[in-house]
Amino acid sequence: MARGSAVDGRRTRFAERWARAVTDETYVPMSSDELVRYLAGLADRIVALHAPGEFPAEEARQIGAALVHANITGPIGLGRTLALLADDPLTARAGTAKRRLEVQSALADGFAAALRDRTLAEQESIRLALVDARRQAEKALSASQARFQAVFAEAAIGMAVLDAQRRVVDANQALADMLGHAPTDLTGHDLGEYAHPEDADAVRSAVDGLLSGGSAPVQVERRFADADGALVWGRVTLSAIETPAGQPYAVAMIEDITERRLLELRLEYQAWHDPLTGLANRELFFARLGELLSTPDPDARVGLCYLDLDGFKVINDSFGHEIGDGVLVAVAQRLDLAVRRSGGLVARMGGDEFVILLDKPTAPDMDLTWCAEQALTALRPAVRVGGRELTVSASIGIVDRPIAGLTTADLMQAADTTLYWAKSDGRGRWAVFDPDRHAREVARYTLAATMPAAVEHGEFVVEYQPLVSLESDRLWGVEALVRWRHPQLGLLPPDQFINLAEETGAIVPLGRWVLQSACAQAQAWQAIAGPDFRVSVNLAVRQAHEQDLTEEVAAVLRDTGLPADRLVLELTESAIMGPAAEPLRALHTLAEMGVRLAIDDFGTGYSNLAYLRELPVHALKIAGSFVSGTPTARRTSTDPVDERIVATLVELAHALDLTVIAEGVETDEQAARLRAIGCDVGQGWHFARPSGPAAITARLAAEHHR
Amino acid sequence: MVAERGEHGIDFDEPCVARVYDYLLGGSHNFAVDRAAAERFSARVPDLAAGVRANRSFLRRAVRYLTGLGVRQFLDLGSGLPTAGNVHEAAPGARVVYVDHEPVAAAHGRTMLADVPRARMLAADLRDVDGVLGSPEVRDLLDLSEPVGLVMVGVFHNIGPDEDAPGLVRKYREALAPGSHLVVSAATRDSGDGFDWAERQTLLVDFHTFRRAEVAELFDGFELVDPGIVHLTRWRPDMAQPSDELVAKLPTVAGVGRL
Ligand SMILES: C[S@@+](CC[C@H](N)C(=O)[O-])C[C@H]1O[C@@H](n2cnc3c(N)ncnc32)[C@H](O)[C@@H]1O
Repeated sequence: MARGSAVDGRRTRFAERWARAVTDETYVPMSSDELVRYLAGLADRIVALHAPGEFPAEEARQIGAALVHANITGPIGLGRTLALLADDPLTARAGTAKRRLEVQSALADGFAAALRDRTLAEQESIRLALVDARRQAEKALSASQARFQAVFAEAAIGMAVLDAQRRVVDANQALADMLGHAPTDLTGHDLGEYAHPEDADAVRSAVDGLLSGGSAPVQVERRFADADGALVWGRVTLSAIETPAGQPYAVAMIEDITERRLLELRLEYQAWHDPLTGLANRELFFARLGELLSTPDPDARVGLCYLDLDGFKVINDSFGHEIGDGVLVAVAQRLDLAVRRSGGLVARMGGDEFVILLDKPTAPDMDLTWCAEQALTALRPAVRVGGRELTVSASIGIVDRPIAGLTTADLMQAADTTLYWAKSDGRGRWAVFDPDRHAREVARYTLAATMPAAVEHGEFVVEYQPLVSLESDRLWGVEALVRWRHPQLGLLPPDQFINLAEETGAIVPLGRWVLQSACAQAQAWQAIAGPDFRVSVNLAVRQAHEQDLTEEVAAVLRDTGLPADRLVLELTESAIMGPAAEPLRALHTLAEMGVRLAIDDFGTGYSNLAYLRELPVHALKIAGSFVSGTPTARRTSTDPVDERIVATLVELAHALDLTVIAEGVETDEQAARLRAIGCDVGQGWHFARPSGPAAITARLAAEHHR
Repeated sequence: MVAERGEHGIDFDEPCVARVYDYLLGGSHNFAVDRAAAERFSARVPDLAAGVRANRSFLRRAVRYLTGLGVRQFLDLGSGLPTAGNVHEAAPGARVVYVDHEPVAAAHGRTMLADVPRARMLAADLRDVDGVLGSPEVRDLLDLSEPVGLVMVGVFHNIGPDEDAPGLVRKYREALAPGSHLVVSAATRDSGDGFDWAERQTLLVDFHTFRRAEVAELFDGFELVDPGIVHLTRWRPDMAQPSDELVAKLPTVAGVGRL
């Protein structure tokens, strides 16, 4: 046992030394205990080799092989093993020297042979694995190539493989169909050859860009031409591929998007054209106009004819919209043809409005008036629509302006105005824009537009012009005259705004205010004025026709406390006559209330003397023109006709018991003559100019004390 | 077409990681290119071969440890060639699925394991978790309702920093039963004495290193067993390796966690 354990100890130490010697070269897949045990087993077998008798060479070789089996395969491992055998007490002196040598060499032999076998086996197995892996990869590759081929050939989308020179290496049927060639005809040709000449460079540079390193897929939409030269729109998607050998190729997928493109074009056309007539629509017109207006040339001009059918509404209303549309279509065609030579743009602006836009409006013999004449001439022959012969005419506003500083809005406003002028001049004619006239109209319009606010802001003042008794030279009354203290234009006399106010209707509130002011003032004068002192207030046509005229006058009288018979309302003959050419009912009511009525400007209108008898009129005012017919500084001799008319009027008036007031008396001589004729009252600069109420007050006071 | 990652190595003139690794372990499942690559790498990292041995040794110890706990099945992700004491040798009788994305490693594995009844080789990318877990190899051989040893030894340096290594592990974890274990070893960049993998790696493959804390993150959801995450030679050593001191200079850590 003791001997045994000593031997055991030697054996274990040997195995441990051995284990340490061999584990730092190759990986030995064992724990240290396992390895020591494994090597201890081998140590026992080595010790046994040294026993006398025939040398068991095969056993020795197997021990060498056992090292290899434990993955101790490095040259160092073997060397150290042999050194250990020579050195360790367990083996250093075991057996004979010859045997020790035999053991070492057989062990080394066995090791080498096993290592060789193993190495070859491992090399073989890894080589097989590699071949296997390659075969698998090739199989996968050829499967994917077969799939690619199938996809390529069957694809509905055009596809081509291009080499680095953009030459078609392979093309599928879809692409061939698209370009109208056989697939094989395409091979070898630069893809750019099939592009539309204008797009060829773009196609080429897209492919080149991709292959020279972009490598991210590229998409472009380009035109191609098929074998017959027909245009084909293609959406081209290019992606780069590389062969295993590293050659770059491009795969081009070309989708035929011609249909879509055409649809887009159609949509774009629709967006810019009038669906009914096919002419340019207003969007296109404004777009083109915008372009013209932004021309950098400072001397450039732009011109247009703005055309509107005369009485188109009547056609529409009496024959229906279909006929109306037919007329518009016919008109559009005629206009288009008529001015085509001018190169102008004919557009339908909507409804029955058309416009012809010229970028060179002053081109000799094809200028705007030429266009307008052409257009009017073209419309002259009757239009046949739905079996009817219809006559149409149009009015045209012509505008020709330098573009410098011009806006679209300005131009269109000018066109509109000019068209209006043409219309009001009568149908079937053209008018040319006149900037001065336009400016005046604009000024008038502006004045009219600000008038209502001006009434409210108290910009108007009432002045009074004395009416003087020709017999006594005393004040018979005053006429209230309104003036506008305009913040920008200064003090405006009535003739600058009363007609305008009549047109716009602003006269109604203004007149009401004047009436109110004048009555209030007259009431204030009551205290110092004589019993027959009156205030005259003008009643405009519109006012006279107001529904509630009488109530309103009554209300003013009530409010101011002025007795009705102190108020004279002056009306022109046209204001007196109602719609049915008979005097207004309201005048009777006013007269019954006690208000006095005077006919203004008598003799200038259609003076129907007959109604004078029926009317509750109290006075006639003879227009200044008759009065000035009497001698003045300018006219040295009197007009005998005028004078006779005035005399007759006075006679007539007196026969009807009416007071006669002469207006516009400017000279002493005129006054004397009128007095001689028997005229009752005079008014005019000869007596006094209109003035503020204070002057009248002063005069009344003076007369009162007299 | 353009070569995918992992598809290389099917040409004689390209080295492949599994074969380089085999050479470093002392095997002959390799070609001249592989050996040349291994020598180039070794020239920069003189202790590389020792480190590789230490890594394989850790793998064996960990697998033995798990079999000791009764774990009978293993999923080895990034196994390399199933030679030189790989899992099925360390755990005789256990069921093992090896996974590697290198075609040669996979082909070799299939042949080598043809006679091994309970081991299979799966050619797959371990980042395709569903692909791996749903493969016939895994479904036929492994019973995921029983504990599995999930082996991810020496593979994380192939998982890029933007590939969410913890997320990958989590996906595998979610498929595993309690009692399963995760076995990890990885090269680190913050545990050596100024040793820098980045300076020394070759162009063989991208070689990513981890921070120690990042390695710990891989064990989220697992309970680290003793001695935790340590240098891989210090994980339950069973052999006083003469090369331990050399290896200790290579910043690599290892650990085992229990689910
Ligand atoms: C360094 S070896 C490790 C071999 C073995 N696990 C060991 O530690 O001894 C890494 C192996 O992982 C494989 N590998 C790397 N990334 C992989 C991935 N994404 N999927 C599958 N295998 C991968 C490589 O092909 C290589 O064979």
